[in-house]
Amino acid sequence: MPEHDVLVIGAGLAGQRAALAAAEKGVSVGIISKVHPVRSHSNAAQGGINAALDVDDSWESHAFDTIKGSDYLGDQDAIEVMCREAPDELLHLEHIGVTFHRNEKGELGTRAFGGASKARTYYVADITGQAIMHVLYEQLMKYADQIDRYEEWFTTDLAIDDEGRCVGAVTRNIKDGSTEMFKAKSVVLASGGNGQIWQPTTNALICTGDGIAMAYRAGATLMDMEMIQYHPTTLAGKGFLITEGARGEGAHLLNAKGERFMEKYAPNKMELASRDVVSRAEQTEINEGRGFPDGTVALDVTVVPRKRIHEALREIVLVGRDFAGVDITREPIHIKPGNHYTMGGVKTDIWGRTDVPGLYAAGEVACVSVHGGNRLGANSLLDTLIFGRRCGEDGAQHAKGHGFGQVSRTVLSDSESRVDEIIARQHEGGRRVSEIKAELGKTMDEKVAVFRDEEGIQSALDTVRRLKEEAKSVAIDDRGTIFNQDVLGAIELQNMLENAEACCMSALERKESRGAQYRTDYPERNDEEWLKHIDVSLNGGGPEISYSPVTITDWQPQERTY
Amino acid sequence: MSAYTLKVRRYQPESEEDDKRGAYWEKFDVELDPTLSVLDGLLQAKNDADGTLAVRCSCRAAICGSCGVKINGQSTLACKTQLGEAAEEAARKARTGDGDAEITVEPMGNMPVIKDLVTDMESTHWKKFRRVTPWLLPAGPPPEREYIVPAESMVDVTQSVACIQCGACVSSCLSMEADPEFVGPAALAKAYRFVGDPRDGQTTERLFDLANDPHGMYDCTHCFSCIDACPKDVAPMNQIMRLRRLAGDDHGIRDVNNGHSHEMAFVKNIRKKGTLDESLLFQESYAPGVKGKLLPRVSAIRGLLDSIPTAIRGIRTGKMRSIPKLIPGVHHKLPGDAQDHVKHIYERAEESKIQLNLYIIGEGGEEDASAEATEPESVEEESATA
Ligand SMILES: Cc1cc2nc3c(=O)[nH]c(=O)nc-3n(C[C@H](O)[C@H](O)[C@H](O)COP(=O)(O)OP(=O)(O)OC[C@H]3O[C@@H](n4cnc5c(N)ncnc54)[C@H](O)[C@@H]3O)c2cc1C
Ligand code: SF4
Ligand code: SF4
Ligand code: FES
Repeated sequence: MPEHDVLVIGAGLAGQRAALAAAEKGVSVGIISKVHPVRSHSNAAQGGINAALDVDDSWESHAFDTIKGSDYLGDQDAIEVMCREAPDELLHLEHIGVTFHRNEKGELGTRAFGGASKARTYYVADITGQAIMHVLYEQLMKYADQIDRYEEWFTTDLAIDDEGRCVGAVTRNIKDGSTEMFKAKSVVLASGGNGQIWQPTTNALICTGDGIAMAYRAGATLMDMEMIQYHPTTLAGKGFLITEGARGEGAHLLNAKGERFMEKYAPNKMELASRDVVSRAEQTEINEGRGFPDGTVALDVTVVPRKRIHEALREIVLVGRDFAGVDITREPIHIKPGNHYTMGGVKTDIWGRTDVPGLYAAGEVACVSVHGGNRLGANSLLDTLIFGRRCGEDGAQHAKGHGFGQVSRTVLSDSESRVDEIIARQHEGGRRVSEIKAELGKTMDEKVAVFRDEEGIQSALDTVRRLKEEAKSVAIDDRGTIFNQDVLGAIELQNMLENAEACCMSALERKESRGAQYRTDYPERNDEEWLKHIDVSLNGGGPEISYSPVTITDWQPQERTY
Repeated sequence: MSAYTLKVRRYQPESEEDDKRGAYWEKFDVELDPTLSVLDGLLQAKNDADGTLAVRCSCRAAICGSCGVKINGQSTLACKTQLGEAAEEAARKARTGDGDAEITVEPMGNMPVIKDLVTDMESTHWKKFRRVTPWLLPAGPPPEREYIVPAESMVDVTQSVACIQCGACVSSCLSMEADPEFVGPAALAKAYRFVGDPRDGQTTERLFDLANDPHGMYDCTHCFSCIDACPKDVAPMNQIMRLRRLAGDDHGIRDVNNGHSHEMAFVKNIRKKGTLDESLLFQESYAPGVKGKLLPRVSAIRGLLDSIPTAIRGIRTGKMRSIPKLIPGVHHKLPGDAQDHVKHIYERAEESKIQLNLYIIGEGGEEDASAEATEPESVEEESATA
């Protein structure tokens, strides 16, 4: 039974940062990831990371942009923490080796990003997430005597003791199928988002909301689950992302008539308005017949100087070439809004503490909430790092003051038998995992996307509940122990369905339009009734909705225009 | 939609069926758009036909580095190879009798297979990777703000930073086949990432270790395989060449492997003769120059003696075809003024110190993307006022 003071589940940016911060406090750390850490989804982040580091910039300005971007649903105390601590975090990354872009003076240089009043996005070409994550992984290797890495281990359940404290996690070694009870004084969830619930999505196949579902089952509260970001520029059909950095470098959005339609929707910020605004504008153009026949509009990168494209947007040159057969330096590329980011997640305070003692959450799995109704581009990497570090620090502190909890003997065996039961199931006319997943993805993309209404969300919820039943009898082919990806797929499916149910319920509940939730049946923002978070938790077996207040400090809600 | 057949090299370590105890081939028919990837094909087979088919994957977009495999014999990423192209390549190979008509998919080479297309990268790639001390070793405590470094230096290392650790280059490396201990292309590209970083304080030490490691950077034989395999244009071989140039030329490191002098022997040889004069190559590698010839060191004599078996093998296997070539002075000269042209190429290369870095010169190396990394118009100001 492996034992660690702090156990981190997930090794993307949030998880690796948490592990390093905890190790710096002198405690023993274990970090688990279902894929090799450098395969984590954080490496997909192309555009960059925000920080008000420039002498002419201020954390207040960054905070205001974030709050406005969130459509006033973000908690202002948490946003303040994130924006104040951003410059130091960025410098820390630079000091440990991230190869951030420099200006001609050799200082850190920035690029512009959507929804920001200043260019404060720092970046490494268009591989920022990868560049940062590989540097954190370098540090994990450097601190190998303090941090044990469990690479390709899959956590199936959290362990909760009789007093409701989180005391560890049950985890399966993918390489040989053995299951271990990991004991820990503090557990940090950093397992990423749930984009796979939608098809298509920019998210990787591993983004199945495992952590959200595990925490939910363990008694934690989920918050803002209806807030799902659709990114304005994804490749039709495949869901690949074209970074916002392209628009930051000056690219235009055009409809089929060649009009720069953002003039109508955001005359000041144009293509660099908040993502929810741009996605809605595109979808409106498409719905009203001004899109291309394939249901897209065009992104014109050719207006960016060729040399600048090669230097700063090389990754999307490759995406265009390899996945769309388009040379973006010579012709516009067809794009549309596509599922991208989970603003909601496991509810935490500004130290990443969840409602379950001993359990922390950071990164996309968590909802602090700094993104509220809509996340600004390049704020997510920042969120993972700031709150990852805070979880690591506070988790280490908590570990110093507590012993290992009592793990009930049945936790391990219950979890094991759940997995064994799936493996042993016989094919008796049940559906395949992939079929259910495909139906779920299509339903959510049709009904819980850019524009929503009661009828659609309700029918999505009905479908999700039916699929949940069907998932109970899916049978798989692989009965082995070594690299049984089949059984992991079935577990992920259950997790996804739990996430989807909470998302639909919250979307149904919020009877207004705010941020990413645009209800055609309630097209206005309604601060009087809905300036509050929607929480979901499991109570006596069934999901239950409640509300919590939005923390407002210095910035009163205003009308939101770009 | 088109139909494709994927011929997959499988290994099911737990299989109890007699014909599936070792590795075996299995064909899967899939139907997909030609622009979709071989990974999409594998996933269709896995989802619809056989859930036991094991393949690592996550991003589907050539970003995470999970899905390294060999397709039609070429190491690459499954998600980056389009089905249509792979099928054409297979058909071409079948016509020339070079392979099967189906798209063949095998696990990566130079690594043990765990199951089907899943290989053990830890015991091969990652272990070696850790040998190059893959983290920044700054000279002193960090400055208060950022390190001030030339903008080009960050652009310069971006090519190796772009590595996603997929292992395709490792899988394709010929030297690794000959010397399984060879630290390998990906680890060396990573090494360049620190050597080229002005913030690192251990450049000389790093170069010294890489040069003197008996399985280090002089193990590479310039075969270009890793450049062909790499899905991210990291061009590991080029990074290795830059490491060698830095070690041998700029830092004057004379390694115990004679790697540097062997390389210089090649350079000198071609400059003088246009084609390779094997008789001089050996001698120049171990005992360079006139002094080397007249007063060879003991180690040089030992090195020369040690290479005799290699030379004999070369003659036997026909690699070294003309035995008279082994006699000094017999080597023929290039016709006409060809030798002057060769010399001219050398001069040009030395003048411009051409470094092959796509972040600087762009994909096609267009003239508007010149070799210097000058800052374009300030994007910062432009959008701040927008
Ligand atoms: C295409 C794309 C581009 C983006 N660009 C930007 C950008 O430019 N700027 C920005 O700020 N944000 C960007 N984002 C968002 C940002 O990348 C993510 O929100 C962020 O990286 C999430 O990091 P994380 O550490 O929370 O999770 P992840 O990086 O997703 O890591 C999750 C980890 O948890 C592990 N895990 C999950 N489930 C389990 C389990 N059951 N057992 C064990 N381990 C498990 C995984 O293996 C992984 O290690 C982008 C996102 C996408 C999809
Ligand atoms: S060029 Fe060198 S490193 Fe690259 S594959 Fe060939 S021998 Fe290996
Ligand atoms: S150098 Fe290229 S082929 Fe090799 S591991 Fe890195 S990305 Fe893969
Ligand atoms: S699936 Fe990520 S590189 Fe192919």
